[in-house]
Amino acid sequence: MTTHAPAPPGAPVPAPDRTHSPVPRPRRTAARAASVFLSTHPRTRLALLLGAPLFWLGVVYIVALVLLLVTAFWTVDSFTGEISQEWTLDNIITVLTGSLYQTVTLRTLGVALLVTLIDVVLALPIAFFMAKVATPRMQRILVIAVLTPLWASYLVKAYAWRSVLSQDGILEWLVAPFGGSTPGYGLPATIITLSYLWLPYVILPIYAGLERVPDSLLEASADLGGRTWPTIRLVVFPLVLPAIIAGTIFSFSLSLGDYITVNIVGGANQMLGNLVYTNVGAANNLPLASAIALIPIVIIFGYLFLVRRTGALDNL
Amino acid sequence: MKRNPRTVRRGATVGLAIASVALLTACGTAQGGGSDSGEAATELGEMEGQVSLLAWPGYVEDGSNDPAVDWVTPFEEETGCEVSTKTFGTSDEALNLMKTGEYDVVSASGDASLRLVAAGDVAPVNTDLIPNYENIYPFLKDQAWNSVDGVPYGVPHGYGANLLMYNTEVFPTAPTSWDVVFDKSGDYAGKVTAYDSPIYIADAAVYLMAHSPELGIENPYALDEEQLAAAVDLLKQQRANIGEYWSDYLKEIQAFTTGDTVVGTSWQVIQNVLESEGATTQVVLPDEGTTGWSDTWMISSESKNPNCAYAWLDYIASPEANAAATSYFGEAPSSDEACDYREDCEAYHAGDADYASQIWYWSTPIEECLDGRTDVQCTDYAAWTEAWQEIKG
Amino acid sequence: MRLSRLSRTTLGIVTGLILVIVYVPLFVVLVNSFSTSTSLTWPPPGFTLEWWGRAFQSAGAMEAVWTSVQIAVIATIISLVLGTLISLALQRFSFFGRDAISLLIILPIALPGIITGIALNNFFRTIMGVPLSIWTVVIAHATFCIVTVFNNVIARLRRQGTNLEEASADLGAGVWTTFRLITFPQLRSALLAGGLLAFALSFDEIIVTTFTAGSGVTTLPIFILNNMFRPNQAPIVSVIAVVLVVVSIIPIYIAQRLSGSEQQRR
Repeated sequence: MTTHAPAPPGAPVPAPDRTHSPVPRPRRTAARAASVFLSTHPRTRLALLLGAPLFWLGVVYIVALVLLLVTAFWTVDSFTGEISQEWTLDNIITVLTGSLYQTVTLRTLGVALLVTLIDVVLALPIAFFMAKVATPRMQRILVIAVLTPLWASYLVKAYAWRSVLSQDGILEWLVAPFGGSTPGYGLPATIITLSYLWLPYVILPIYAGLERVPDSLLEASADLGGRTWPTIRLVVFPLVLPAIIAGTIFSFSLSLGDYITVNIVGGANQMLGNLVYTNVGAANNLPLASAIALIPIVIIFGYLFLVRRTGALDNL
Repeated sequence: MKRNPRTVRRGATVGLAIASVALLTACGTAQGGGSDSGEAATELGEMEGQVSLLAWPGYVEDGSNDPAVDWVTPFEEETGCEVSTKTFGTSDEALNLMKTGEYDVVSASGDASLRLVAAGDVAPVNTDLIPNYENIYPFLKDQAWNSVDGVPYGVPHGYGANLLMYNTEVFPTAPTSWDVVFDKSGDYAGKVTAYDSPIYIADAAVYLMAHSPELGIENPYALDEEQLAAAVDLLKQQRANIGEYWSDYLKEIQAFTTGDTVVGTSWQVIQNVLESEGATTQVVLPDEGTTGWSDTWMISSESKNPNCAYAWLDYIASPEANAAATSYFGEAPSSDEACDYREDCEAYHAGDADYASQIWYWSTPIEECLDGRTDVQCTDYAAWTEAWQEIKG
Repeated sequence: MRLSRLSRTTLGIVTGLILVIVYVPLFVVLVNSFSTSTSLTWPPPGFTLEWWGRAFQSAGAMEAVWTSVQIAVIATIISLVLGTLISLALQRFSFFGRDAISLLIILPIALPGIITGIALNNFFRTIMGVPLSIWTVVIAHATFCIVTVFNNVIARLRRQGTNLEEASADLGAGVWTTFRLITFPQLRSALLAGGLLAFALSFDEIIVTTFTAGSGVTTLPIFILNNMFRPNQAPIVSVIAVVLVVVSIIPIYIAQRLSGSEQQRR
């Protein structure tokens, strides 16, 4: 640093002590002065860095979210659809005690967990192959192959599965000779379709996590006599666990709030997303919808809290 | 819709009609009767140059989805009102969107219209300012779902019935009763479908009107607690045999083509598509009667473009535009004149007052019983929604 | 760990199988775009090129693609800026509330879309009194896209350390110069990867979009949804999907090339 000023304590970029500078002293301009000021005032730098994003997330998102939660304590005039701002716990009580909400919550949770499990099981081998086995060229092709389906619209893919799973569909056609049959429309179809839709979102973080595991580590393990399976279990797995959990956050939360897929392939079933959607879209009952929305919010917060320690949140 | 050469001429007529209304009102003479509600517009002025419409998909087509399907462009050319459209999937969504006050005109089904009126989101309509109103079928005018105390709140657009669709391979003879989806639905377990909306409760009520007279249901949209409970019970039984509920064309068409669904409620237009694909399905209006829809074009009470809004209401009621729109959507038009521009009016029983009388048109259930009972409170739409969610489970 | 030939082959076969399953539905979409059936029934009753012709004439579809591209581009740019800023702050400084902020960034993607959707809808309409428009969609999308940029950038920052930046500062470069000449070039491929994911996320988002789009704002997913309620439009939607998949390979490939060559240089 040309200023020779000792860095203030706590500065992240401590300037090594120098007796003289071989660099010609730059001209003093406003920009330079600002730059100098910033280098010596890390707190200001931090404030400038954080200001815009925090303003955005805080004002746009957190305020909106809090206001939604507040709405859960209001009621709505059922005929005119106007919200009346009288405080009441009715909606919360309805949601907590109604058997409908318990059934649907359990169903949704089950679907989300199964989808997550299936996605992880499918993503692990494919991500491992991409990161540790494939040649660089193959790797590039595989990444494209995994990313490409993301661009066929969500709805198109869901309707494609509707076609695949139908009684006259390609699946029936494929498995009928072996005595199998399509599961038809219902919860299994929902789980299959959701797993399909979110698979790339689970593969990508796991692949990135595996790529970060240095090959030298694996070689060291082998040199020390570690066989394949113990190496994976004791060396690789702990290192990629945060990445796996990061992937599960995607599949879990996306499944938890879905209401379109279950409408298309879910037969007569409904999930939490449908209840929220019906109440806000159909019944125009935002207060009740907000109260129902509390269920996935609590579940997600619980989940995030559980996985926070693993460092997964840095790996999404 | 095929653009036919008459478009231009007809366009000119509408233009003329509107121009004359504007002229008339510009002179301050349009003070005739019909303005029995203080809020309705009494005169029209200059076109504002734009109008924003909130409509069912397929009601406002400007050729952007299919260049051959376009009845918005002629309107824009005639009136200079540029049309912007937002579509909605359910009546309730429409209701929500109208609250924003951003839309001048809405195509409301009966299960939304009364709620729009009650919320003050739409204004009464002065039908004198809409020349094409005259030709509209009398049985569509001044009905519970488009008028309040004789004051019209909109112009009827088209109507249709919720029909019973069945697979002819499963039903060699046509069913004559809704019992195939209710009491006998167990025979077709997993292959029954029903419309996915709280308003479907009325279908169960129509069935109960015929089969459980002891419940005393007079109007399927006026159910007291006990009657609603009976309908809900019936629907819960049905739920066990439902393969899936439907709300969009494509789902229903696919399910009937593949045989995933063999019986359930449907619309004439779906049958038309299925027929053209060679599927083995047929529709019937069962003996109990049925529910149906009669949609109404309404004007927002906060409309910033009332003149263009009135122009749209008149235009869409004009025979050719009405024929084009209702034919594309697959429903009966609002006037006999419109049938001159359609070949399929017969399939939809357009103008057949007897047929129309078998249809209980969607209305919003409200606490004040629509059938005139005053000794009990009826269940309102919120209760129906809650019940519907319970039924689906 | 040295994988045996057998386990390598097994892994390869499993990967191949999964990819085949992944592509079956896309294959169905491709076939449907040539099918004479308007309702996507299987097996296709006949072959036609009609939908391909009509799709390219469909002004609505073109417009919807263009709207989606605009929204995705702007939302991506916003999230690139905000995501980079916040990852610099979180990686280079340690301060009170840091964990809370990283949770805050993840929240918009971790909470189900329908909640984000109704919360923003309620916020824009009833609290702010802003009419819904294309900009409300952009704001909503940018909010949940920040996280993809953030994750890519912070991972890169963590890996590359601060040595070069310190050297640059020692040599007299100001904060801005250091960022422009040192930090940014190092981040470029991370930004590309994050930006691409953000773009894809925004481009295909439907739930939040439904609740935040104003009248006349038809993004591609909304166009598709609307057309599921119209007769004879489903095959056209299939055509659009096929075109998108094919076209999307180009940017993904370029991004791959760029980040790949960068990795080799290091």
